[in-house]
Amino acid sequence: MGRFVLDKVSKSFGDAQVIPPLDLTIEDGEFTVFVGPSGCGKSTLLRLIAGLEDVTSGTVNIDGKEMTDVPPAKRGLSMVFQSYALYPHMSVRKNIAFPLRMAKMDKAEIKKRVEDAASVLNLTDYLDRRPGQLSGGQRQRVAIGRAIVREPSAFLFDEPLSNLDAALRVGMRLEISEMHKRLATTMIYVTHDQVEAMTMADKIVVLQAGVIEQVGSPLELYRSPRNTFVAGFIGSPKMNLLKGAEAEKHGATTIGIRPEHISISHESGMWEGVVGVSEHLGSDSFFHVQCDAFEHPLTVRATGEVELNYGAKIFLTPDLAHLHKFDADGLRL
Amino acid sequence: MARAVTNQRKAMNTFFAWALGLLIFFPILWTILTSFKTEAQAISDPPIFFFFDWTLENYKAVLERSDYAKFLWNSIFIAGGSTLLGIIIAVPAAWSMAFVPSKRTKDILLWMLSTKMLPAVGVLYPIYLICIELGVLDSRIALVFILMLINLPIIVWMLYTYFKEIPVDILEAARMDGASLRDEIIHVLTPMAIPGIASTVLLNVILAWNEAFWTLNLTAADAAPLTAFIASYSSPEGLFFAKLSAASTMAIAPILIMGWFSQKQLVRGLTFGAVK
Repeated sequence: MGRFVLDKVSKSFGDAQVIPPLDLTIEDGEFTVFVGPSGCGKSTLLRLIAGLEDVTSGTVNIDGKEMTDVPPAKRGLSMVFQSYALYPHMSVRKNIAFPLRMAKMDKAEIKKRVEDAASVLNLTDYLDRRPGQLSGGQRQRVAIGRAIVREPSAFLFDEPLSNLDAALRVGMRLEISEMHKRLATTMIYVTHDQVEAMTMADKIVVLQAGVIEQVGSPLELYRSPRNTFVAGFIGSPKMNLLKGAEAEKHGATTIGIRPEHISISHESGMWEGVVGVSEHLGSDSFFHVQCDAFEHPLTVRATGEVELNYGAKIFLTPDLAHLHKFDADGLRL
Repeated sequence: MARAVTNQRKAMNTFFAWALGLLIFFPILWTILTSFKTEAQAISDPPIFFFFDWTLENYKAVLERSDYAKFLWNSIFIAGGSTLLGIIIAVPAAWSMAFVPSKRTKDILLWMLSTKMLPAVGVLYPIYLICIELGVLDSRIALVFILMLINLPIIVWMLYTYFKEIPVDILEAARMDGASLRDEIIHVLTPMAIPGIASTVLLNVILAWNEAFWTLNLTAADAAPLTAFIASYSSPEGLFFAKLSAASTMAIAPILIMGWFSQKQLVRGLTFGAVK
């Protein structure tokens, strides 16, 4: 089990309100990702759920039980920290066994569980080493091992992959998703990386300045962002958000069009522009195009290897079916 | 190369370093040398450095006259006891200041240190009277408590600096893993802070061992430690320098040897926090 209901939860540090009162429900078994720019309060929100910070007001309810004032040790949750936070003076075996030791489990059962977790995480050969003798990826596995042995009602992840290099990060991302499918336990995952959010989440919670901007599945957020912040934050490269006369033609203050929803032509199109910097990834090509109609350059995506010369004149046409319109307050029309 | 280090320069630096080291060590060296001289040679003018008749007479005389073992045991009891008690009290105090600081934590730390600025003689009367009232004059237990209180600010301060260096994430991880506050301090914080606690213990044993004001003023026969042992050779027999030196050498030898073997720990402990 692992169902969370936050009711009007808020957090202030002194006079500074980091999280204004918010409501949020996380269903049992869901993979929920808190995403937002740094300083948006996503880690604080996770720490409120964990009990590592006390809420200023509101209640935290876990599996139908009021847990607002229950210390972290008694909430039955596991957490993986950004810094891994392994116990440097203990071997890998003792690190993984620590939560079980605290739960006063008997020695034989601890040994069995630790060895099972180690074999799942490919740590069997490293059980007698100290964390200081392991690579970043291995430390990450130990941290995950320590979290899973206890069979918690939910896993909390605080930017667990941000200290790993890019290649390792993709691999660990898959392993965590795999683990979620296998264990079917609630996971709450904090990241500033929208790619991690899109690829792993069942449900994404987009935060800005402590306020929930939108809650939804990755594709819901991609298809119909509730406001310009979510529109700009979700999707890579970013959605083009355009103002001015062109936007007013569509009856909006701001219009948004994703790079993948613009077609390129040499002969004719809706907007005329000049090609700037090109980025070639092989599978895709991205062009930065300065159009006369807009102040800032647009990002345009073409599939495969497409060559456009710097300074070439081209025409762009947006796919109107995927055009997003926003009002003066930035809200979706 | 940032700075040219010539051999000549190296030699000069080495020479000055040794000269300074010897200068600082000289009084102790002189005491040790004098303890092996005869009384006449000890006060001879000009002084004799090495070429005297080496003798163990003074040690023999001192051991015959006083019960060295009793003084030694009192010193060990008082220095060890006050340090142990201090650590037991200071670990939770430093924990709370390092990990759950309040707005006043910095002020409290400074205030604690400020108690060290008061001249000890200022509170001699009250403490002396309290000891008489409680009937604990010349008792080891009383000295353990008093020296513990005197060194407590330093113990708390040192442990606080050490604890500050421990990432709070690791303690939070322990909490998430189901550790109670007691488990957290015993299984996670203390083992991680062992080097820091060790150098705090060492420094405080030395401070308590050498503490002379309270140990001299509050003891007579039963609880007197090695400081009193030295003092007993200075006042009534002012001219017997060689015996006084022998007594001093015997008093400082245990702590000197301990300091020698633990100097690495001590230096690390004292400079810890200064360089990050």
